[in-house]
Amino acid sequence: MESVKIALTVNGQRHERETEPRRLLSDFLREDLRLTGTHVGCEHGVCGSCTILMNGQSTRACLTFAVMADGAEITTIEGLGSVDDMHPLQAAFWEKHGLQCGFCTPGMLMTALELLRENPDASREQIREALSGNLCRCTGYQTIVDAVEAAAETMRGAGR
Amino acid sequence: MKPAPFDYVRAESVEDALSALAERSEARVLAGGQSLIAMMNLRLAKPACLVDINRLSELDYIRLEGDELAIGALTRHTTAATSPAVGEHWPLMTAAYGHVAHRAVRNRGTVGGNLCHAEPASENPAVAIATGAPLVLRSVDGERRIAAADFFLSLYETAAQQNELLTEIRIPKAPVKQGSSFQEMSTRKGDFALVGIAATLECPNGACSDARVVAVGVGERAERLDAAEAAIKGAVMNEAGIAAAAEAARDSVNPPSDFHADSEYRRDLVFTLTKRALGEAHGRCRKGG
Repeated sequence: MESVKIALTVNGQRHERETEPRRLLSDFLREDLRLTGTHVGCEHGVCGSCTILMNGQSTRACLTFAVMADGAEITTIEGLGSVDDMHPLQAAFWEKHGLQCGFCTPGMLMTALELLRENPDASREQIREALSGNLCRCTGYQTIVDAVEAAAETMRGAGR
Repeated sequence: MKPAPFDYVRAESVEDALSALAERSEARVLAGGQSLIAMMNLRLAKPACLVDINRLSELDYIRLEGDELAIGALTRHTTAATSPAVGEHWPLMTAAYGHVAHRAVRNRGTVGGNLCHAEPASENPAVAIATGAPLVLRSVDGERRIAAADFFLSLYETAAQQNELLTEIRIPKAPVKQGSSFQEMSTRKGDFALVGIAATLECPNGACSDARVVAVGVGERAERLDAAEAAIKGAVMNEAGIAAAAEAARDSVNPPSDFHADSEYRRDLVFTLTKRALGEAHGRCRKGG
C-alpha cells in the first residue's frame, strides 16, 4: 500500500503531507497535525465528537480518509476561536455551562456553527434537531441548547 | 480499530473509474464512505482496493428530463433532501429523508452509495422500490438498466456486478393525484429503522386505483407488501379499509428477531405504521398530492 501525497488547508494554513490511504482524517488531524481538539469517540460516525467542517459542511472526520480531504478546506475547533478571542458560541457554552468534561464539545460547536450560519434564527426545536447527531454523556443537553440559543442571539446582534 | 490496508485509486472521470474497477476484481467503489468506512473501521469490511469516485462531479445532479427525475448517483443526501425538484416530483423521498441519519452524515453520504450498500434497515431502497425507479449501471462493457425491485437481493447484496458503477437513478414524476407517506420507528431519530413503511396511493373518487406499500426492517431487504396492496386496490379508503390493509400487512410478514427488536414488536410496528402511512397518503391524495 503506497503512501499518497496530499495538500489541504486547515484553519487557513496549508499543509502538505504523505499519508497511508487508510489514515482517517480524525487521526491525521490529531497525530500528523497535532490538532487534538477533534476527538475520537465511536469511530463509526454516530457519536459526533469528531465533527469538523470540510469545505464549510459538517463532516465526520472518522468517516473520511485523509486522502479524501486532498484539496479541501478544513475547519477544526482550533479554528473557531482562542482563549483570548472566543467565538460567541464558545463564550455562550462557557456562560451557560454547556459542557462538563468537554469531550463532545468541539463536535457540538462545529455542528452548531453550521446551523447558525444557515439559520441564524434557529428555534430550540431546530437546535435540538441539528445537534441530535452529537452525543453528550455529561450535561443532559439542556444547557447545550441554552448555549446555542444564547450564541445565536449574540451573533444576530453583532451581525455575525 | 483502524481500517486494514488497501490500495487507493482516485478516479478523475467515469471512464477512469470503470477501467479501475475492470482492472482488479478486488476493486470496490468508495463514494461518501458513510457506510463503508464505518464498516472498515470495525474491520467488518476489508476491501483490498478502493476506487474513490468523489471527484466525479458529473454524477452529482438532479435534473427533470421529460416525465422523469434523473438523480446522479453521487448526489449527496443533503442535496437530495433539500431539493425543491425532489420535493415537488418525488415527495416520498423528501419524507423519507426526515428519518435518515444526521446532517454531517447526509453531507457526505450519496444516494447511489446508499442504494449500493443495501443496508436492510435503510430508507432509500424502500423509496426506490415504491416508485419502481430504474437504476442505471455502467461498466467498461456498456450500460444497463435494472428496476429497483430487482436490484436489492439480500443483506448488503445487490445485482450490481463488481465492475459496475451505479451512475443514475431515474424516477417517473409522481402523478399529481398521488399521495405518499413514509412512517418509521427507530430507537432514536436518525437511527436505522426498526420498521419503516413507504406508501404511495392514487385514489380518485374515494376508491384506490394504485397502491405501493414497501416495508423496511422485515427481512434482509426492503419488501413490497403484496397482501397489503391487494387489500387496498379497489377498496374504499375509510378507516375500516385502511385497518384491514394494515392487518393484511402484519399477517404477511415474518420479521427477524434481533438485538434491536423482536419479531412480535416488528409485526406490531408493521400494523401501526402501515395504518398511519395509508391514512396520511390518503389524506394527501385527496388534497391533490
